[in-house]
Amino acid sequence: MNDWVYSDKLKEHFTNPKNVLEDEANFAADGKGIVGNIKCGDQMLFAIKVDKDIITDCKWKTYGCASAIASTSILSEMVKGMTLSAAYKVTPKDVAAQLDGLPEHKIHCSVLGDKALRAAIDDYYKRNGQENKIKKDQTKIICQCMNVSDAEIEEAVLEGVRTYLELQEHTKLGTVCGQCKDEALKLLDEYKKKHF
Amino acid sequence: MSSIKKPIYFDNNATTPLHPQVKAEITKALDIFGNPSSLHQFGRKANEAIEHSRKTIATFIGANPEEIIFVGSGSEANNTALSIFCCQSGKCSFQSKNQSSLITTRIEHPCILETSRCLKGKGTNMFYLDVDEYGKINPNQLKDLTTNKIGLVSVMMANNEIGTIQDIKEIAKIAHNSGMLAHTDAVQAVGKIPVNVGELDVDFLTMSAHKIYGPKGIGALYVKKGTPFCPLIHGGHQEQGRRAGTESTLGIIAFGKAIEMRAKEMTEEETRLSQLKNILKSAIEEKIPDIKFNGHPTDCLTGTLNVSFTGAEGEAILLYLDLEGICVSTGSACASGSLDPSHVLLAVGLSAEQAHGSIRISIGRENTIEDINYLIEKLPKVIKKVRNMSTAY
Repeated sequence: MNDWVYSDKLKEHFTNPKNVLEDEANFAADGKGIVGNIKCGDQMLFAIKVDKDIITDCKWKTYGCASAIASTSILSEMVKGMTLSAAYKVTPKDVAAQLDGLPEHKIHCSVLGDKALRAAIDDYYKRNGQENKIKKDQTKIICQCMNVSDAEIEEAVLEGVRTYLELQEHTKLGTVCGQCKDEALKLLDEYKKKHF
Repeated sequence: MSSIKKPIYFDNNATTPLHPQVKAEITKALDIFGNPSSLHQFGRKANEAIEHSRKTIATFIGANPEEIIFVGSGSEANNTALSIFCCQSGKCSFQSKNQSSLITTRIEHPCILETSRCLKGKGTNMFYLDVDEYGKINPNQLKDLTTNKIGLVSVMMANNEIGTIQDIKEIAKIAHNSGMLAHTDAVQAVGKIPVNVGELDVDFLTMSAHKIYGPKGIGALYVKKGTPFCPLIHGGHQEQGRRAGTESTLGIIAFGKAIEMRAKEMTEEETRLSQLKNILKSAIEEKIPDIKFNGHPTDCLTGTLNVSFTGAEGEAILLYLDLEGICVSTGSACASGSLDPSHVLLAVGLSAEQAHGSIRISIGRENTIEDINYLIEKLPKVIKKVRNMSTAY
């Protein structure tokens, strides 16, 4: 019998989460970011300390399942000692790989982790007059829960997606809280008209 | 996990371990291999065992043996009861009588809800009854909905997630007064609370063995004599032509034994479970702040306790408890393949957050006061740990 439902690495970070932000008031963060929505079942907060563009300390809080907790825990370990620009580039795939893989329906947990981290870095840039470094996404995120952008919807349409159901299957958009449905439907229509 | 003797199972509404006597009965019956339809002695022996079980089960719920149809699961029994709406044969079709409507509730098991969705696609008019904060339907809403176009009312007797027990007798009465038939999914009720089909006056009633210490893969549907009926599985004369397929002799024997044991042990056992639940409930209330118990305070299955913890996500609670050797279930989306929290908890008015933060502890006959005390010791620590790293607490 498997004595654990996910990978051992995930179990390790779930059982003994590293760098939990326990004393928020006394952690003098240089940057802080929070993303996600409790309604959807996941919310993550990152707080970082920065010295000469290097993340010297990183703490977090997470409302979410085991995968979400482990994702934030391992991400906090990964980015300590990283330059801000390197940390900015960490992807959900990197996080999942470090955890020795996540089941498909748990991918959104790792998606939120790197978003929260980038929000914290952006906050640091803002506080230090370096707004120019904030990478404005060229694209707009439509589905906040699954982190699906308008560009991805367009790509999906180009790949043959025609209905909302297909779009959900293809991108996982709108499969959590469903709040983005109207906007996604509009875009789906727009891109269909644009390309076909 | 060092301090405990074994994993403690608190998920008895999901399924139950075999009763030792059921296990013994199955072992004894392993060599009864004859096809119950065969006329020779091997067949007769199997058939006799099946009919014995049928009688035991019928007696237990106040039915006649010929009113019990064995099927493969509770889900199949529910699908069968609802499938009469699809039949176009004229022999049993409600459509032919211009009665192609179905009323059910928002808190049914998915095997009712999914089937009703499918029926809707085939032209059945669907109505879903709301429930109050405790999970009870409002009989007046049912009265308002009934018209002579309605064919069947299907309401679950006891809810699997929150344990709320409905007044099926009243529901059946309203149904019959409007010329409708009444079905109840009593999978969580039969063997836990007294169920008598004569008293309830229902036309269909669904049962399952594995919720009451029998094996998986065997269920039964009670169909009142004379009620329109249409088989779901065609192609054989078994079960009076109502469910084709060679009978699961072993399953049926085991189901009968499970019911026999329930008849002997249920009353006493339920009193004990009720005491265990009360101890657990008071301890949770005392030791853990910001909680909410779900389900009806009194009309509730004795072994079922559903509770929401503010700011703590259910799958995380479940898996931390699992690491401590305690097995429960959760209404959180994260624990299932889907991403939506429990439809039952949302229907009783919980916010998505409260639903995500809920766990169900379902106590069964093997649980002891030591198990409860162990849970009482571990649960507050787990909740504290989860809340400690939560953005929402």
